[in-house]
Amino acid sequence: MRRAAELAFWAAAAAGWFLLPSQHLLLNEIAIMALFALSLDLVQGYAGIVSLGHAAFFGAGAYTSGLLAVAGYGDPLLGLVLAALAAAALGFATSFLVLRGSDLTRLMVTLSVSLMLFELANRLPGLTGGADGLQGMVVGPVLGRFEFDMLGAVAHGYSLAVLFVLFLLARRVMGSTFGLSVRAVKGNALRAAAIGIPVNARLVAVYTLAAAYAGAAGALLAQTTQFVSLDVLAFHRSAEVLLTLVIGGTGYLYGGIIGAILFRTAQSFLSELTPEYWQFWMGLAFVVLVMVGRERILALPQAALARLRGRR
Amino acid sequence: MLTILFDGIAYGMLLFVLAVGLSVTLGVMNVINLAHGAFAMAGGYAAVVLVNRWGVPFLAALPLAALASAALGVVLERTLYVRVYRASHLDQVLFTIGLVFMSVAITSWSLGSQQVFIRLPDFLRARYEVFGVSVGAYRLLIIAVCGVLALGLQVVLVRTRFGARLRAAVDDPRVARGLGIDVSTLFTVSFAAGSGLAGLGGALGAEILGLDPSFPLKFMVYFLIVVTVGGSAGITGPFCAALLLGVADVVGKYYVPSLGAFVIYTVMIVVLLVRPQGLFAPRGGR
Repeated sequence: MRRAAELAFWAAAAAGWFLLPSQHLLLNEIAIMALFALSLDLVQGYAGIVSLGHAAFFGAGAYTSGLLAVAGYGDPLLGLVLAALAAAALGFATSFLVLRGSDLTRLMVTLSVSLMLFELANRLPGLTGGADGLQGMVVGPVLGRFEFDMLGAVAHGYSLAVLFVLFLLARRVMGSTFGLSVRAVKGNALRAAAIGIPVNARLVAVYTLAAAYAGAAGALLAQTTQFVSLDVLAFHRSAEVLLTLVIGGTGYLYGGIIGAILFRTAQSFLSELTPEYWQFWMGLAFVVLVMVGRERILALPQAALARLRGRR
Repeated sequence: MLTILFDGIAYGMLLFVLAVGLSVTLGVMNVINLAHGAFAMAGGYAAVVLVNRWGVPFLAALPLAALASAALGVVLERTLYVRVYRASHLDQVLFTIGLVFMSVAITSWSLGSQQVFIRLPDFLRARYEVFGVSVGAYRLLIIAVCGVLALGLQVVLVRTRFGARLRAAVDDPRVARGLGIDVSTLFTVSFAAGSGLAGLGGALGAEILGLDPSFPLKFMVYFLIVVTVGGSAGITGPFCAALLLGVADVVGKYYVPSLGAFVIYTVMIVVLLVRPQGLFAPRGGR
């Protein structure tokens, strides 16, 4: 039953490519956002680390693939892999900073790491283009065959495929004993340690993995839009992905994807309505979500799903 | 050199007044309030509207701005904040980020998105030579006002009954409640005072800090640094932290502008790792 629902979900995502040709650009962004939120879910939902600076890894990935494309290494898959590796290296290095301390400490540390990267990108205009953004990216065709087009059909397909593959990987990893032990650490680090789980090693591993995912998401954005700006490292990107994840629900892999669909659809609707002030509605969404209670809102679709299953 | 130091001290004092309310929020109710800057911005904009549009004298506008922010603080505390005290830190972060985004959008909608300047009276534009150091009257006023406020706060906190209750509540809210201290009223009052001080700081520092709708986002980190580095026990810690931060920031930006804000972020990460309770907090505290 569960497998059928999952198949239906991905079939719908694939059908979107054929049935909504006018929405390729939006759907491409949703796929990227979904991958980014999936990455945050690994940190936040599975490992229980509150992060306000996840854009650091997204930006690291985006700049890595962007710089590669500028330097002439325009193959998308090569850029994707190297971007993920670069972000993973950054994640590994900074993971030791979030091992200790309370939620507040972790918030501050993740926030300042992302702000430092933002400053770094801002201060190195020779390398990153500074505030003007990275110019002159030449991205080659995917797999040497599919050239990126104006309508975004290839971009959409590419991002969706990457999302699907990385999702399957995450599903496999988080369903393994490794994933279970990460959840145990979130539940109670002390008890997890007492039954022999190496707590710090698990946190470092999952943080690094999540950083790689975020880096891949950043690389997708850079390659499909052929542009990287400081925006990829900005604070509001970290806040947005947090909202995306929370809308969809933390702690299960589809949360980020569902959140991305809801969030980006609402965002494109609202920003058409009030282009300048859609931030207000985003803020309001945060406040309402907390006031009403995240669990209660999330319980609605789950209850509906349960009823649906019961009927079948 | 001394002029830069002087500017740094003025900046640090300002940061202290802006952030001290946050340390109460964090200390007493253990709420991560990222929206503290929104109150400062409210005060700043209130002063701008009062002075520039209605012709209120600058010095009279300062207390009015503080009152406006304090009133806003009471309303939001009673209606919204009160519900997130028991929520998880993630919820608190989401909620206060939401407030920040809303305040940014509301401000740019109602007052425009460009930076605004407050019309300073002429006597504040003067500069004096004191022992060979060039001193601006405006920064002198900032130091004087903030210094008096810091002293006043210290006296209130240490000498009065209210201060004793507040310290008790910071130390252990549950026991304080058990002793019959009305912690929630206490908290409303201190939240209002903290917002009011932030508003005063925003109004006073509008010229130095630069006032535009993204103010709460820009200074969020600075406030958090003051509080996390200074610790939330007492006001001496945040005061020293704010002074250090102010001087380091001004000196750093003057001498090594290419490094930008790096020094500060690095110092903060190191401090957080070495002393998670804050640089000036007594060891063995909560």
